[in-house]
Amino acid sequence: MEYSECEKKRILVANRGEIAIRILKAIRELGHTAIAIYSDADKFSPHLTFADEAYYVGESEASKSYLNIDRIIEVAKKNKIDGIHPGYGFLAENTKFADVVKSSNMVWVGPQPKSMYDVGDKIRAREIAKSAGVPIIPGVTLGSNTDPVDAAKGLGFPILIKASAGGGGKGMRIVRDERELIDNVDIARKEAESSFADPTIYFEKLLEEPHHIEIQVLADKFGNAYYFPERECSIQRRYQKIVEESPSTTIDRMQAKSMGEAALKVIKEIAYDSAGTVEFMVDKDKNFYFLEVNTRIQVEHPVTEEITGIDLVANQIEVAFGKSLSFNQDSLNIPKGHAIEARIYAEDPVNNFIPSTGKIDYYKIPYGAGIRLDDGACKGFEIPIHYDPIISKVIARGKDRKQSLYRLHKALSDYHILPLKTTISFIMNIIKHPEFIKGCYDTNFINKNYEKLFDENEEYIPLAIACYYYLGSQGFSNEYNLDGRETLKECWQHLTNFRG
Amino acid sequence: MAKILSSINTSDENFKKRYEHNKELIKEIEDIKAVIKNGGAKKSHEVNKERGKLFCRQRIEKVLDKGSPFLEVAPMAAYNMYGGEVPSAGIVTGVGRVSGREVMIVANDQTVKGGTYYPVTVKKHIRAQHIAMENNLPCLYIVDSGGAYLPLQDGVFPDKEHFGNIFYNQAVMSSKGLLQVALVTGLATAGGAYQPAMCDQCIIVKDTGAIFIGGPPLVKAATGEVVDAEELGGADVHTRISGVADYYANDEEAGIRKVREIFANYPKGEKFPIDRVSPKEPYYDPDEIYGIIPDNLEAPYDVREIIARIVDNSEFEEFKARYGQTVVAGFARIGGYLVGIIGNNGAIFPESSTKAAHFIELCSFRKIPLIFLQNITGFIIGKKYEHQGMPKDGAKWVHAVSTTNVPKFTVIVGNSYGAGNYAMCGRGFNPRFLWMWPNSRIGVMGHNQAADVLTQVKIKQYEREGKTLSEKEIENIRNPILEDYKNKSEALYSTARLWDDGIIDPAKTRQYLMLSIELSLNKKIGEVNFGIFRM
Repeated sequence: MEYSECEKKRILVANRGEIAIRILKAIRELGHTAIAIYSDADKFSPHLTFADEAYYVGESEASKSYLNIDRIIEVAKKNKIDGIHPGYGFLAENTKFADVVKSSNMVWVGPQPKSMYDVGDKIRAREIAKSAGVPIIPGVTLGSNTDPVDAAKGLGFPILIKASAGGGGKGMRIVRDERELIDNVDIARKEAESSFADPTIYFEKLLEEPHHIEIQVLADKFGNAYYFPERECSIQRRYQKIVEESPSTTIDRMQAKSMGEAALKVIKEIAYDSAGTVEFMVDKDKNFYFLEVNTRIQVEHPVTEEITGIDLVANQIEVAFGKSLSFNQDSLNIPKGHAIEARIYAEDPVNNFIPSTGKIDYYKIPYGAGIRLDDGACKGFEIPIHYDPIISKVIARGKDRKQSLYRLHKALSDYHILPLKTTISFIMNIIKHPEFIKGCYDTNFINKNYEKLFDENEEYIPLAIACYYYLGSQGFSNEYNLDGRETLKECWQHLTNFRG
Repeated sequence: MAKILSSINTSDENFKKRYEHNKELIKEIEDIKAVIKNGGAKKSHEVNKERGKLFCRQRIEKVLDKGSPFLEVAPMAAYNMYGGEVPSAGIVTGVGRVSGREVMIVANDQTVKGGTYYPVTVKKHIRAQHIAMENNLPCLYIVDSGGAYLPLQDGVFPDKEHFGNIFYNQAVMSSKGLLQVALVTGLATAGGAYQPAMCDQCIIVKDTGAIFIGGPPLVKAATGEVVDAEELGGADVHTRISGVADYYANDEEAGIRKVREIFANYPKGEKFPIDRVSPKEPYYDPDEIYGIIPDNLEAPYDVREIIARIVDNSEFEEFKARYGQTVVAGFARIGGYLVGIIGNNGAIFPESSTKAAHFIELCSFRKIPLIFLQNITGFIIGKKYEHQGMPKDGAKWVHAVSTTNVPKFTVIVGNSYGAGNYAMCGRGFNPRFLWMWPNSRIGVMGHNQAADVLTQVKIKQYEREGKTLSEKEIENIRNPILEDYKNKSEALYSTARLWDDGIIDPAKTRQYLMLSIELSLNKKIGEVNFGIFRM
């Protein structure tokens, strides 16, 4: 095949879990040698089984292994690595790491360190977007001589008053009209003075019913850059996305196009040459505002892959090694159906999503039309406490949103991970919520519906585990191999009740 | 493998038009099938019920494992033949799982003309046995038949593939260790008596089951002896006195349980191990096939669009993509099984023939099953191609198709005309299964060409007699020929005569292939043994 013609490279994945598996697979599919690293906690991690070679990098704590730049570079040099893919999290957006990789004569599978630096800081990124002519959330610093009413009117109500020197939400106030503004300005100034020893305040336009919508981009070293259909990521808990879908029910194709073009303006401004994501906030009147640039492959990238058929990770690797891109932007603009992703974390939704780590005793994965599972777990594996507790992502694709929601729900109900607490049933409750089904939701969705999203079924988990062990003791052979994967089912078993 | 990039736009008008058209076509077929599946007249069903008997399709459902697929063979046989009075040719045949094994089931439909054998009934019964032999499947016969349909005995009894051949096949299969089981739930008369008798194991149901060479009326006529059916050849007689049957069942349910026990104790062979990975659904929705098949058969379409909607994850590793492009060949996976696929993108040229022959060689050496997606108008004609040796290259392909050691599966997805039918593994080339889409046509050539040729012949005749024909007269000659030809090339005409194993829903092609490929692996794939290729 075409890839066999290219020179075989040795590419190291400086990551773990599901994303490491995703990238290792892509490297091998491209015909290169896939190299994994691991810590003490990951000696039996499934990601090692997807690599051609694997090297130990340090103790379990991330700072001593997956975040240990010196150690990773040492391992890479010793093993004649040609390139490093950082995945997401850990060192993915660490400019210093990117610099060291490059200065060690290895290919950094990511954008130029300079581009990473440019958008690595929110304030710098905002300035860059502004100079690229992309809208940012309007705001103004209130000097001592400025009339607050004029300033507020310039932005339009409602407004968020913040202490200029502040942070962490302290002294933040929402005002919805002139009257409330006058009532609050002085109090806010005093509060700012007492808390931060600086009375300067800052007005920011408050976005109502905000949506978090992002644009995937892919660019090469030859100035070719493309954008993909938007991803709707408004379902968040603790400011972290948990369900993502594409296309969004909020914006139409024309708006998606303008956002895509805006995203390209931003990345062209920083001479971006890899896969990345430009995040936007969209208000209830469909105005969009630049938020930030993620200079890495993202957790939710499969959603885009599913509706376009394009392998983002493989392309990211190839452009890093100097391949040029050639897509038809118009055809990329038409999503092929609809896709949705559910992030499965080892977390207890009932207890404010605290991690629920430990050994997996039972692991049954879902199958079915349009279902993709990117996972990093198996039966017998112990989810370490040291890292992000993501187990997997279940992605469903359908000819329309109705079908993909149905498929996702079915897949989630077939997905069993015991005895850990996971976000599976929590997400099932999200996607069967009437507002979600209608597609009418914003970033407030989880907070607003908190009560309704918990499932008493969680209570049955101990019972399910008991049954599992009981059946095991009765000598029922299970259909799973030692690695927890299902043995291949015969088609004659799989096509239940087929009658033609 | 690389994913096929589809260029189909599901929102364009043409797609929608084709979608509606083909959806309508399959609906027609499904409607006909639904009626056929009711078997005979209401009255026969009532009589059947009064006697405490189940309908043959109920028997099959009960004998199958819970959740088992049933791959029915030729459900529409004899459609519109014999005055339309013999739905399913009075016999239900198909492969299902019984006690964990794939079993060929042959069940007489007593509600259709007393389960008697019409010529097509015999043909269908023998086709089922051939499938069993080719794929190493044990057989279950649910016997409930009055024997040959006497008014048509000349089309049932004497010839090579007529009634006697059924028993011959039973003996041959038994000798190869393929279990033959009969469950006698009704009459097994005259020649029919040999059906249970030739089996390895035989169950007979009390009161309703009866086996005899001559029934009570014949006995009375020949010898004057007056005897009722039960006393002459009932369950008690055969399990206690004659030993013709081995098991006595109090009722049909008990008989069915016994069948399941017998199969449970029959050693389950290993399937031939071919390369397999975890299956994936196609990336492109198979439902979109309806929008791809043209609404008129002359219109060409890219067979890759069909492949993309049949194979795992729509991935296809194409072979010689730049050469002999009217044949598309390549590797893919279906239900995780590695297969070779050959499809048509136009008439066959010398290059496309050698390419196909080469590809069949690859699959044969590697023991990879072959799938043929037939949409073929024929071989290219004209001086240039004859000089190039078109028949010589065509022969290489036909040689390879004929003698390959791997299982072959054919789906007619459009036209099946002329020698194209041969090269693309038509019925004569023993594919393990041959399925047909509702839109497809089969014949020695397209109906327009055929009508033209035959009209030309007529015109020549008249010319010799010194007559010149007006355009109107020519039309009058041509139209009936065209109409007749058209009818006889329809899928329904074909399936009625068992030229295929059934008309299938295009969107379910993948499932049909998954089941067929897997059951074919009950038979070991042998070594390559080709003949002489004309070079």
